Amino acid sequence: MLNLLNVTFMGILRLIPSGIGEGLAWGILALGVYISFRVLDVADMSVDGTLALGGVVTAVLVANGTNVVLAILISVISGAVAGAITGLMHTKLKIPAILSGILMMFALYSVNIHIMSGKSNVSLLKQPTLLNLLSDWLQIDRSVINIIVFALFAALVIAAIYWFFGTKLGSAIRATGCNLQMARAQGIDTDSKVIIGLAISNGLAALAGSLIAQKDSNATVDMASGAIVIGLASIVIGELIFKKNLPFWAKLAGVIVGSIIYRLIIMLALQMPFAETYDMKLITAILLVLAMSVTVIKKRHHKKEAKHA
Amino acid sequence: MLDIKNLTKVFGKGTVNEKVALTNLSLHLNEGDFVTVIGGNGAGKSTLLNCIAGVFAVDEGSITINGMDVTKMPEHKRARFVSRVFQDPLLGTAADMQIEENLAIASQRGQRRGLGWNVTKKDSQHLKEVVATLGLGLENRMTTKVNLLSGGQRQALTLLMATMNKPSILLLDEHTAALDPKTAQKVLDLTRKITTENNQTTIMITHNMKDAITYGNKLIMMSDGKIIFQAEGEQKQKLTVADLLEKFQQIGDENDRILLS
Repeated sequence: MLNLLNVTFMGILRLIPSGIGEGLAWGILALGVYISFRVLDVADMSVDGTLALGGVVTAVLVANGTNVVLAILISVISGAVAGAITGLMHTKLKIPAILSGILMMFALYSVNIHIMSGKSNVSLLKQPTLLNLLSDWLQIDRSVINIIVFALFAALVIAAIYWFFGTKLGSAIRATGCNLQMARAQGIDTDSKVIIGLAISNGLAALAGSLIAQKDSNATVDMASGAIVIGLASIVIGELIFKKNLPFWAKLAGVIVGSIIYRLIIMLALQMPFAETYDMKLITAILLVLAMSVTVIKKRHHKKEAKHA
Repeated sequence: MLDIKNLTKVFGKGTVNEKVALTNLSLHLNEGDFVTVIGGNGAGKSTLLNCIAGVFAVDEGSITINGMDVTKMPEHKRARFVSRVFQDPLLGTAADMQIEENLAIASQRGQRRGLGWNVTKKDSQHLKEVVATLGLGLENRMTTKVNLLSGGQRQALTLLMATMNKPSILLLDEHTAALDPKTAQKVLDLTRKITTENNQTTIMITHNMKDAITYGNKLIMMSDGKIIFQAEGEQKQKLTVADLLEKFQQIGDENDRILLS
């Protein structure tokens, strides 16, 4: 019995590095979702399509001999373009944000299969991906390279977001998300700000997709299914752990931390003897409900205390 | 300065809910005019302000500011000339942003918003001096988020944001109605101070007859989408609340809110 416990414990320990790598890569998606849901206050579900788009574009380009850095760049741009189109549907055609996103995700399913010439997946095994190249060059194990590369990307993205939302343009986007009426009264063209914000958000989702495809050595048409929920779960878990009145960069770092913790919780849960891999979505949903209800329960508790006082 | 000609605005045109909010309304303002607007609920006062600001597209007529026809100009572009303070103190500022960030956004009104820092060190110092003119002590809380301020403080800040760029026209839509009487008086005093110092052309909607007479050099009374009475200069100064109430009674457009004030 003790022996069995020991084996599981070791198994879990061995899973931690891969959990961290996974959490960092998906954390970049969560940062994208943070921009649409928290900064812009637009419920955009396009990321379910744009994450896969990023993975698929990278896989097809690299498999056909394109330089991997260029492939990542093209992936990000294609995600940003898709996000901008969602923004156009929402602002100019007045389609509700949530539906615009669902339509984009719906349409991208076909687009992604087209990019893969009708197939539903493209393999990156033994291909010159960023991770394989660095691993060969530095003679470091892939699982370690994953963590280093994804951590660098996450840090870079946090720095870029922090800088951008401190600029005049970035502040105008924040004001648009915070108070549309005020933004317009202050001469901000709110439509263009929503479009730019969604382009950035989906560009990040595509970057995450590109990195995830390289990590898994595979891009599939359904690699992003449920991405929006995973992104939200990471954000909410991060917000539970990090206090509310933190500087902006710390909030962004909190999203990444939330994403890593989310992955570790999922991995731990899947280690349970009764859990199957296909339970991931059920566990994620329960986790998100729990994490979101904590704030409500806390508030109710505070109210009760205030009443008694 | 401001020329409104034959303005007509209809809501829900062609439906059963069709409502004519403004009928063939014309109004002329000179540089530095301060006009107070009174009228019952549904008289078209707010609609008039929203048409001037570009929130609503007008059905007929034209709006000219400084000789430029702005009738078709979108709201965010018109913000270069027209600034507003709303009735709800929460609407004028971005709650999740700092005091100085809000001010910086207002100071950029009408300019291109590029990739330069929103608030540079130099801006920060300048904005601090601007806020100090409010005399509310906010200059020591420049990085405080606006949602931590009281309604009165937020409204004072909004007023400052609306006037710091010296817009062509300032629109005040019952901007003190949601504040307690003492705070409302403070914000009104501030309004008078700023508009006098800047010789600011202003349109102020109010439900308070006394304020309508005390403030400004012109008064217009609206009913059913039309201007039914105008007074300016000496004629306006001689008006009493009783005079105005009598006017309302004549047109049968008195409601509880007016009687109470």
